[in-house]
Amino acid sequence: MQITVKLFALMREKVGTDTIYLELPDHADILQALTVLQCQHPSLAPYLDNSRFALQMEFVSPETTLQAGDELALIPPVSGGISCLKSPQSQ
Amino acid sequence: MFKVTTEPIDIQAVNDLVKRPTDGAVVTFDGIVRNNFDGRAVHALEYEAYADMAEKKMAQIGREVRQKFPIGEIAMRHRLGRLAIGESSIVIAVAAPHRHEAFEACAYAMDRVKEEVPIWKKEFFNDGDDHWVNQN
Repeated sequence: MQITVKLFALMREKVGTDTIYLELPDHADILQALTVLQCQHPSLAPYLDNSRFALQMEFVSPETTLQAGDELALIPPVSGGISCLKSPQSQ
Repeated sequence: MFKVTTEPIDIQAVNDLVKRPTDGAVVTFDGIVRNNFDGRAVHALEYEAYADMAEKKMAQIGREVRQKFPIGEIAMRHRLGRLAIGESSIVIAVAAPHRHEAFEACAYAMDRVKEEVPIWKKEFFNDGDDHWVNQN
């Protein structure tokens, strides 16, 4: 079955695209999809451990079973809004 | 009420969006681009989003905040693309009958955005280097 993988930020830059079409065995789960993905795109390997996963725009666990046509987004640590670096001296 | 945009954020418009006659307070948080990060001088930022999910998560956070605090309306805008120092990257406006809840709800909403919303920031340093926050 085929799924679509969406990439963002650093992972998108490493691979050079924001969309990858992945061929997977039926009933594969996200962990299995990541194994296939890493094989095809080794540059993603260091970033997968820190990623969350979204299916149809909801966060899901890596054990989630995939279906044909799913859109799997790899969500690196987010950094929206403004920075708030706490100074070591803050009381 | 919850949008990402590549246009400069009209803060007064977001503030006006949430007001109801029953409100006594509107707290509007304006998150602006700072000129330094981790001790290094920054000249620009870029924000990237999984846009549809970002709006969905902002709306979910809005519902969560309204359940948790006795407030009226809440609205959020997050800017995407390249921003200069001092520009608004995020605006959150919360209206409530009373100011205490409006302040608390707005702070809580900002904390939740930083945890949950699929938006990423790239810092561009004065020395020519650049860096995706939390990803290297």
